[in-house]
Amino acid sequence: MEQVPLSHVLILSSILFFLGIYGFFTRRNLITVLMSIELILNSVNINFVAFNKYLYPHQLEGVFFTLFIITIAAAEVSLAIAIIINLYRRFNTIDIDDTDTMKY
Amino acid sequence: MSYDLSSEIILFLPLLSFLLLSLFGKRIKPEISGIIGTMVLAFVAFLSLYVAFGYFFDFGKVDGVYVKHIVTQFSWLRFNENLSIDMGIVLDPISVMMLIVISFVSFMVHLYSNNYMKGEERFTMYYAYLSLFSFSMLGLVVAVNIFQMYMFWELVGISSFLLIGFYFTKPSAIAAAKKAFIVTRFADLGFLIGILMLSYGAKTLDFFVLIERLTATGSPYIASFTASSFLGLSTLSWALLLVFAGGAGKSAMFPLHIWLPDAMEGPTPVSALIHAATMVVAGVFLVARLFPIFAISAPDALHIIAYIGAFTALFAAVIATTQTDIKRVLAYSTISQIAYMIFALGVAGWGEGNNEGYTASMFHLFTHAFFKALLFLGAGAVIHAVHSNEMKDMGGLRKALPITHITFLLACLAIAGVPPFAGFFSKEAILSAAYNANLPIFYVGVFTSGLTAFYMFRLYFRIFWSKPAVKHEGHGHESHTWAMNIALLVLAVGAVFAGFIPFGSFVSAEGKAIELPFHLMFSITPVLVGLIGILIAYVLYGKKNDLPARISNSVSFVYQSAYHKFYIDEIYLFVTKKILFNLIGRPSAWFDKNVVNGMINGSASGTVMFSGAIKKMQSGRLQTYAMFFLGGVLILAALLVIKFI
Amino acid sequence: MSASTIIFYILSALIVTFGALTVFTPKIFRAAIFLLLTLIGIAGIYILMEMQFVAALQIVVYVGGIVVLIIFSIFLTSSGKEKVNSHRFKRILTAAILSLSGLLFSVWVVFTHVYTPAGITPIDPSVRNIGLQLLSYNDYGYVFPFEVVSILLLAALIGSIVIAMKSKKQ
Repeated sequence: MEQVPLSHVLILSSILFFLGIYGFFTRRNLITVLMSIELILNSVNINFVAFNKYLYPHQLEGVFFTLFIITIAAAEVSLAIAIIINLYRRFNTIDIDDTDTMKY
Repeated sequence: MSYDLSSEIILFLPLLSFLLLSLFGKRIKPEISGIIGTMVLAFVAFLSLYVAFGYFFDFGKVDGVYVKHIVTQFSWLRFNENLSIDMGIVLDPISVMMLIVISFVSFMVHLYSNNYMKGEERFTMYYAYLSLFSFSMLGLVVAVNIFQMYMFWELVGISSFLLIGFYFTKPSAIAAAKKAFIVTRFADLGFLIGILMLSYGAKTLDFFVLIERLTATGSPYIASFTASSFLGLSTLSWALLLVFAGGAGKSAMFPLHIWLPDAMEGPTPVSALIHAATMVVAGVFLVARLFPIFAISAPDALHIIAYIGAFTALFAAVIATTQTDIKRVLAYSTISQIAYMIFALGVAGWGEGNNEGYTASMFHLFTHAFFKALLFLGAGAVIHAVHSNEMKDMGGLRKALPITHITFLLACLAIAGVPPFAGFFSKEAILSAAYNANLPIFYVGVFTSGLTAFYMFRLYFRIFWSKPAVKHEGHGHESHTWAMNIALLVLAVGAVFAGFIPFGSFVSAEGKAIELPFHLMFSITPVLVGLIGILIAYVLYGKKNDLPARISNSVSFVYQSAYHKFYIDEIYLFVTKKILFNLIGRPSAWFDKNVVNGMINGSASGTVMFSGAIKKMQSGRLQTYAMFFLGGVLILAALLVIKFI
Repeated sequence: MSASTIIFYILSALIVTFGALTVFTPKIFRAAIFLLLTLIGIAGIYILMEMQFVAALQIVVYVGGIVVLIIFSIFLTSSGKEKVNSHRFKRILTAAILSLSGLLFSVWVVFTHVYTPAGITPIDPSVRNIGLQLLSYNDYGYVFPFEVVSILLLAALIGSIVIAMKSKKQ
């Protein structure tokens, strides 16, 4: 793995990140928006691990960050699903454009 | 009681009466408020006599000259260490004399109004306004500082407005009150500019310091003030003429006389108090106050004032001969008589031998107050009995209203200048001062006094003779109006005997006693002219005949112009409506509505449009918000990177 | 060009493809499956980088927990086969432009940066070392965040139950 330059790994994570962002902007179903957020978080995880391996191999900070990000992502997804289910019960739809009551 | 304390009570007691009656008037029965007002003024009149006796006989004279005595003075608004507006009370020959006149006539009017205004719904407010007026006028004459006088001047204007427009349900009364206020306010603009100019030149607002600085020989203030001239008159003359303009407005000199005849819409006692005896002489008083400056440093201004006075006297007298509303006749008579006082001041000078004009003017002011108030109150009694102002509804009333008849006759004789009544002495003094100073004005004065006698007796004959004496149903009318009768009788005493007071020994321009000249040969001419006027009036109006109608038809053009007051009101209306309103009023209104309002409305609607445009940003859509987030982050990151590379 | 390098490039190509498919496919259930595959790919990357613990964590929590949860919720809220209509073209264009510009910017930054490795003796990211540092309270220990995260999980647990609970009125 040492022959793969760090920049290539970072490019992978960037592509994944912006794919996730594009999906967040574009998708209409709330759950697919959630999936895009997971993509974003994962790309960040790759970033942390790569930096830890390549630039700071004597420390484990990157791993810990990844650990915590995964944990918190799990918590966040469960809450988001709960909210989506609640929303579905109220409005009977999970189209994101139908949740725009907080406007002018 | 000390004189100082009395002076302060004189000034402030009517103010207290005004506050009491206006604030608590609803809870007081009307008759009680009338009694309160009358008692207050009676006390004030008594105190004025007391102070006058004290001043003229006790403490006023220092080394044979009457000097000013400042009762109190405090600095009200200080601009810098030299200039301040003070408030104070000063006793001085003319101010003491005016105190007597004002308080006495006001007392009589208060007494009279108890009967005249009985049954009036706003009786208490009427007395409150009368007290306010008394306070304002008293404050005006004892003013120490020219700005204090200006403030009281405006207060007097307000009281006049309130009282003229007392019957505010009548549109003519409202219009008259507005006209009076606007004309006098317009004149007061000149007064204010004059005050500012004078205070700028002399660096003070105090009357006595002003007089001292602008009359002392070789004073640097005079030099700087008269250094530059404009249209032939020095700056000082212009300042004084502007101040006189304010006085001319209040005293109804041509061309600012238009408000006084209309002011007759107010109740008759108000006309007696304000528009005969007291407020309208405020202009004369102002010139008298500043007389040393006029006489010593700006004599050309004094000449102009004399000519204005003489012209107004003649003008008003001519109009008065044609009017049919008795109050209008008396109004024009007032204008004419005040013009006499003004030109008497105008022909006076300074120094021995030519300062009798000043004393004559003040003397005429004093006597005129009595007989003019008497005339108005008598006219009021007639109007009260007949319920109409027009001469054609009257006639033959001499048996029905005996007391009114006798007192009215005495007042007419006084104003016509028949000896030994009061008007003879004062008019004599004025005419002799004019004879010594300015002959054309003397002739005008004599002719006008003939006209005065004529129209006053025309009035008298039309009211009390000219028809067979009928016992009106108003027989015994006078027995119900004892307060009116007493007021008439007391004033009649003044009208008859006031002429015998040796005025010159009390009031004169320099304070030294002078002797008013009395030449038997000289006085024959005016008296004769007066008697001829009375005779002509008797012939024309003694019994009802058509001689007046034939005369007026033959000079119909002149008669019609005089009857329509020489169309002065129409000229004013034309100028204001066609010229001022159209040329200045309408464009200004257009500008205000469209440009100024338009700007405000435009900014408001611009804001609304702008907000409408940007409120779409808060669409409630999550993804749009996120896109803006990312855009912002990218921009920030780009900025950061560019800065650090 | 060793084997791990080739595997890395293949794996990263797969990850990118599956990620793109997650985002672009109109069917929801397929998107969930593609997400699952992406996450497995990422776990593979971690193994390549010799961070086995993280890879295991990824599989267990993400793949085994989160994706399952997502599939649950898909079935709870919609039939899973419905197609969702997409946005107006303008929205998609704006999003694409923004994302693309972001990507270009990041790529540029990545390539122009100089990376200096610290270069000391590497530490073995074994479970033992991770556990020791996780629970130590000195020497850069992470015991405090650990405790806080446990409270966070408790809160999330309770919160999601409360939010998703059916109210008694029905």
